[in-house]
This record gives sequence, C-alpha cells and structure tokens, in this order.
Amino acid sequence: MSYAVAIPLLPLLGWVAIGLAGGRWGRRATAVIACGTVVAAFGVALLLLRDVLALPPAGRSVGIGLYEWFGAGQIRIPLRLLIDPLSVGMALVVSGVGALIHIYSVGYMAEDEGFARYFAYLNLFMAAMLWLVLAGNLVVMFIGWEGVGLCSYLLIAFWFTRPAAARAGVKAFIVTRLGDVGFLLGIFLAFAVFGTTDFTVMTRTAASRLAEGGATATLLALLLFAGATGKSAQLPLYVWLPDAMEGPTPVSALIHAATMVTAGVYMIVRMHAVYLRAPLAMEVVAVVGAVTAIFAAASALVEPDLKRVLAYSTISQLGYMFVAVGVGAWSAGIFHLTSHAFFKALLFLAAGAVMHALAGETDMRRLGGLARPLPRTAAAFAIGALALAGIPPLAGFFSKDLVLSDAFHRGHTWVWAIGLIASGLTGVYIARAFILTFVVPPAAPWRVPPHDPPRVMGMPMGVLAALTILGGALGWSFVHPGVLDRFLQPVAAAGSATPFARALETLNAHPGVREGVLLEVSVAVAVVGIALAWLVYARRVLRVKMPAVHEVLAHQFYVEDLYAIAVVGPTRALARLAAGFDRRVIDGGVTAVARGIGSAGAGLRRLETGYLRDYAAYVVVGVLLILAYWALR
Amino acid sequence: MTVPAAYHLGLSAVLFSLGMVGVLVRRSALVVFMSIELMLNAVNLTLVTFSRVHAAVDGQVLVFFILVVAATEVVIGLAIIVDIFRSRDTVDVDDVDLLRG
Amino acid sequence: MPAALFGLVACLALAGGVGVIVSRRPVHSALALLIVLGSLAVDYLLLDAQFVAVLQVIIYAGAIVVLFVFVIMLLGARSGEGPKIGAMLPVPLAVLLGALFGAGLIAAVANAPRAWPPVAQGFGTVQQVGRALFSTFLLPFEAASLVLLIGLIGAVALGKRLPPIPPGPSPAVSREQVASGRAPR
Repeated sequence: MSYAVAIPLLPLLGWVAIGLAGGRWGRRATAVIACGTVVAAFGVALLLLRDVLALPPAGRSVGIGLYEWFGAGQIRIPLRLLIDPLSVGMALVVSGVGALIHIYSVGYMAEDEGFARYFAYLNLFMAAMLWLVLAGNLVVMFIGWEGVGLCSYLLIAFWFTRPAAARAGVKAFIVTRLGDVGFLLGIFLAFAVFGTTDFTVMTRTAASRLAEGGATATLLALLLFAGATGKSAQLPLYVWLPDAMEGPTPVSALIHAATMVTAGVYMIVRMHAVYLRAPLAMEVVAVVGAVTAIFAAASALVEPDLKRVLAYSTISQLGYMFVAVGVGAWSAGIFHLTSHAFFKALLFLAAGAVMHALAGETDMRRLGGLARPLPRTAAAFAIGALALAGIPPLAGFFSKDLVLSDAFHRGHTWVWAIGLIASGLTGVYIARAFILTFVVPPAAPWRVPPHDPPRVMGMPMGVLAALTILGGALGWSFVHPGVLDRFLQPVAAAGSATPFARALETLNAHPGVREGVLLEVSVAVAVVGIALAWLVYARRVLRVKMPAVHEVLAHQFYVEDLYAIAVVGPTRALARLAAGFDRRVIDGGVTAVARGIGSAGAGLRRLETGYLRDYAAYVVVGVLLILAYWALR
Repeated sequence: MTVPAAYHLGLSAVLFSLGMVGVLVRRSALVVFMSIELMLNAVNLTLVTFSRVHAAVDGQVLVFFILVVAATEVVIGLAIIVDIFRSRDTVDVDDVDLLRG
Repeated sequence: MPAALFGLVACLALAGGVGVIVSRRPVHSALALLIVLGSLAVDYLLLDAQFVAVLQVIIYAGAIVVLFVFVIMLLGARSGEGPKIGAMLPVPLAVLLGALFGAGLIAAVANAPRAWPPVAQGFGTVQQVGRALFSTFLLPFEAASLVLLIGLIGAVALGKRLPPIPPGPSPAVSREQVASGRAPR
C-alpha cells in the first residue's frame, strides 16, 4: 500500500511543473496538468479504499514509513503515513471535491492573467492538504498544516495588487499563526508525554500514559484545540475567514469551506484517544463550537455581501462539527464535515457563477431577480441552501441532525439548545441570501445581460448537487449504524477502551424522549426560519426594526474592533518601538563605529603632511623609541 | 699615547647626529643630501675604528663598498634632484608635498 | 703627538659638520663638507687605514663633492630654500631629537675597549685590502661593479631631454603655480 504516497505526490509534481513552465506551455496544458493530477490522486484514493476494505475491520490501520527524517536523543521523527478508514475517507473527500473545483476553476479563471500561478498554488494546496490527511504523526501533519496555511495566504492574496486582498492574506496567516503556536506547544507536550507523536502509538497508549481528567491530558487537548481554533475559524480566531473572501471564489469553495478549515476537526478525531482522557477539554470544545455556531449565524443575518454570508455560514457549520467531536460523536463530526463539503462547495460555486455572470458583483443590495436568467445556478444554490438549512432528504439534514441528537442524548442539553437556535438562524440567513440574490427584483437593471455559466463550470456544480442530494445515505443512522459510522468504527474503537468512552457510546440522558421528536423539532425550526425570511424579504409583510440589535450584528458584535484595540494596536506600538530601537540603537551603534573609524582616520590623516622632513622626524622618533627599549631592557 | 677608541666613536656619533639634524632642519634638497653624506662618513669612521679594534681588515673592506654605493647614490640622487628642478623649478623639499593625505 | 693630531682633526670635523648644516648658501655647505671629508681622511691614517684614507680623498672629496658643486652651479640661485616653511617640524625640536640620539649613541660607545691590540705591519695597506677584496669578498666586489654600471645607466637615462634653463623670476614660486604648471620653466 505504499503507493499511497502518490496521492499527495501527484499534485506536488503538478505544482512543480506548472510553477516552472506553466506560463510557457499555455492554458490548455496547464489546465490538463492541474486537473489531471488531482483526478489521478482521487483515482489512487479509490484504489486505496478498495485495498483497505479488503482488509479485516480490525486490521484496517497500516503505517507506511517513507523516510527517517531526523532525530535527537531519544526522539525520532520519521516521515510516516497512516492509512486507515478515516484517512482514506478524508483523502477521497479532499481529492474528489478538489478535482471538481479544479475543473470549475478552468472556466472561472479563464480570463485571468495569473492562470498558471493560480493552478500552481492550487495544486500545491492539494498536495499539502492530502499530506496532512494521510499523515502518520503530528509532525508530519504539521508540515501539511503549515503548507495549507501558506497556500491559503497565497491564494487569498492572489490578486495581490488589491490592498484589501493583500491585507486579508496577511490577516489570515497571522491569525492562524496564533493558533499554530498552541498547536506546536501541544506537539512538544505530546513528545514529553509519549516520547513520540505517532498516532497509532498515542492512540494505543493514551489510556495508560494520561490520567483521566488529569492536567496533562487537558492541557494537551486544549493546546491542540488552540491550533484547531485558528485553522478552523472558531471563536476567537475566526476573524480571518470573512476577509478571506477576497480571494477567487473557487479558492473560497475549496479551502475555506471544504478542506483546509476542516483540518482542525480531522485532527481532533485523530487524537480522540487523548481527548477521551480529558472530559473537561471536550466540554470546552463543544461549548466553543456551539457558541461559535450561533455567533456566526447571527452575524450572517445582516451581512450584505453574498460571499461573506457563506463565510459566516462556514464558521457556524464548523461550530457544529466541533460540537460533534466535543461530545465524542466522532463519526457524526466526520459525516457533517463531508456533507458540509458537498453543499458548501456547491453554494460557493453557485455564488461564483453569479459573480462570473455579473463581473464580480457580490453585494446583495445590488443583486436580485437572477432566477430567470440563471436558472441552473439558482437551482444549484437552492439545493445547497436547503441542505444547509437542514431540510430532508438532503445530506445536510442527516448530518446536522445526527450531531444535534448525539449532543442531546449524551447529556449536553444546553449545547443542543444553542445548536437548535442556530439552526433556525441558519434557515433565516440562507433563505435571505437566496431571496435577495435570485427572487426579488434588482435595484437597477443589468448593464450586461447575465447568463448561466459554461459547461466546464456547470458540470462540477451538477456533481456536487447530486452528492448533496444523495449524500444522506452515508449517515442514516437513526435506527441502524450508518455506512460511514460502520466504516469509521475501527478508528473510533481504537483508544476507546476506557470506561468514560464506553459510557459516552451508550449514554442516553433523556431516555423518555422519542427519537422522532428531535427530528421533527429540527425540521420545524428550519422551516420556521425559512418562512420568516420569506415573509421579511420576499413578501415584505413583516418589517423587523431593531436598530440597536442591527448595529451590533452589523459590526459582528464588535469583535473586530476589540481585536484592533486589544491586539493590533499594542502589536503595532511594539513594532514601532522595536523599529525605533533597531534604527537608533543598533543601526546607530554600527554607524557610530563607522563614524568613529572615519574620524579616527581623519585625525590620523593630519600626520600625513606630505613633507619629507616630517616623515624623517617620525623615523627618528621611532628609532629613539627602539633604542630606549633596548637600553631599558 | 694613542687615543682610545671611544673618542673616535664619539666623534662619529656627533657627526652622525649633526647629519641627522641637517636632514630634519634644512629644506634645500642639496643640503639634505650633503647631510646624508655626512652621516655616511660618520658610519665609515665607526667601521674603520672597529676594524682597528678587532685587528681585522673586514671593516675597511666594508667601507670600500660603502664608498662605491655612496658614489652611485649621489650620482642618481643628484640626477633626480635636477629632474625635479626641471619640472617644478624648485629644490625646496617643502614644496614637494604631493603625498599629503 | 697622535692625540694632538686627533684633537685637531676632531675640531675641524666638527666645525665642518656644523658648517654643512648651518650655512645659508649650498656652496658653503659643500665646502664645509669638503673640510669634514679631509679631516676624516687624516683620521683614517691615524687608524692605520691607508687605503681607505686615499679612497676617501679621491672618491669623496675628489668626485662627490665636485659633483655637488656642479649641480649647485647648474641650479644657480634656486639651489637654496624658499621663504615659505611648510612642514610642521620646528627647528628646536629637531635639534633636541638629534641631541637625544647623539647622547644615546655616545652612551652606547662609552665603554669601548681602551687598549689597542697590535697589528701586523701591512695592516690597512693596499695590498692587504686588495688581497681581501679578491679572495674573501670577491662576490661583493663584482656586485659593486655591477652597481656602478647600473648607476651609470640610470644617470644617463634620468639625464636625458635637457631643455635649456631660462633665467627665471624670483625664487618665490608658489606651490599652486608649480602644481598647475603655470610656473615658468
């Protein structure tokens, strides 16, 4: 199974090829290479799936050693990959959705000058993300972690001549960096506790090395979660994601919806054995996830920019995923990750189609009435929107409901309640987005008549729509364990031998509540939300006037301003201080030395009078000194 | 009674110092040159004295060579001085300060 | 008798030495140099160095000083010093340095041996020095002839291109005039 290394390697070679020669080979060649590598990676992942399924369920965990990277003392860091159902599943999702978005990008970026550069970065991103997903230990994963962060920066700031884009790229990089510090500290702690960061070893020995509920386990879990907070845009490190919409829309679809932002969730599921030893940390994860979910959903309610609505939506849905892993529902989290990848990518691609038709317009106050000229796009967006709101039988309903019901049954009632309210808000904001963009007539007529996107862009949207509709089958688990659940069972079972974990599996805090009730409540809330939005924005029947609340929401609860005061301001002041110190003290010191030498030279130059007699006198003085030395010795 | 060697050597020392002062004080290149000849002669005197003190003729042979070299040096030095005079119309060493830093 | 002769020689030499460095006109310095050279020749005779004494008279007094005088006459009035003093070395300081140096030397030679060892009859004669020159010091002897040849060639090469020296203006030719080439040749 060592051919698995081809999965990240193919896009990496694509990056090298396109990066070096893409400009010279022309657009067609670049597109073929870029899409080809990712499609090929997807094919290899399918082969890998077949091989993994051929193994008995208990033995579906294969480590592939590539290279002994380095070591110091007792610690060895090998480049290892881990092939098990979880990594194969993630690889399939990442490469599959990635391939579709590559194909879409061929159409979307057709007019752009930086065509080759775009695909080079995109391929590099795929390589890094696939590497992250297939990693066998934390350090190898961190390589991919940093790689996707870099590519995120490069792609957000793709149109780097725009100041807003450049700022957004820098912001993304720096904010995720803050999280990465925690991640690194977590890696160091893992080395201290386990002597290695190999996932298999950690999963096996977590129970013996970490005391349940102990400080070490909690600290380790929280440090790693800090990294996840940054990468997966949770409170308080989510601020980069809305600004990241400055990048091209396919980038938003791929990186900031389907793949990179899910790395945090994936990492926690990988480290679930450690998290199971730290119930407090899990509680924190769940609470943060829930609060983020409702916070972001509220911020999306008044957001005028279509892509930023989707960005807040992503933050909110990531919150749900963290709720899932926070209550120990690992496969529910992965299931929501997968279905979210499908419908969120679909929503972004549809938004991209709108922008493509209207020369980049994203402000919904200037959009409207696009259902007639863009029927297929409107249909795609509608499918995605319904899935996001959680309307059956679309995939989003199954996954979101699984998360909420797992939370409810495992006793996290408040988390469930917050998640439910957030669901309602989700229905409102996405319906609002759809209505404002496609239903209500525009404020001013179109200068250029818009039209549906070309087939190269429409095909991926169609595939994603189909996946959204059919994806629910993966997880239907209300009566029986679903397909995905069974698939991931070996992974979840490893490291779950502790009483706490077993209790989580079997807990039912509210035995009296019938399963169907939860279902009905979820759907009802979503429908109410959609209906509310319809009444307010389409029919204009309800007028909601709460200026104070509107202000707070429009400023995203003033979080950005808080950051500016608390973090950015002091950092800038510190930077100015350091720069001043550097200029005056360090540079001044060096300059002073130079000036000193110069003045010493100028002083000594006065001895060079040019007169023979003076030089003769110097010789005599020297001779006298030598004579004196000899005489006195 | 013969004069002790120290007196000859003392004379030589004084002549040498006089020559050195001449080099330091005088500004005419010709006089500086003559002062240098004075110093050379003082050295010759020292060598002859020591040759007599050690009863070896080597010192006088060395004086012979110094004489040869001094002659050559005077010839070439005066040629140079004449050359400088031709281009600058002066033999004042204080006028030749091109090496001023 | 030798002591008195030495005393005379010493006085003449010293007077001549002072005369060299003190005389206002270069011609007077040359004559003073002649006096020094002559006195030293006598002193060599006192030290049993006949050959060297004769050489001193022939070469130094007879050739070198003559050469000096020739050049002084060639340069004419401008063989002396200009009015402007450039260097920063004051005269008293130079005299002091010289005095210090002389004192040091005298202190060094003060304890030279008092007794003169006896020497053979032919010490310092032409024959003895000649024999040393052509046996032990043969190589330096030949090298010296080469040196003379080179000096000869160098002098001829330096002396070429001889424009006539016109009668010029006052010796006060400023530095700037000389440097800019506007000084009369």
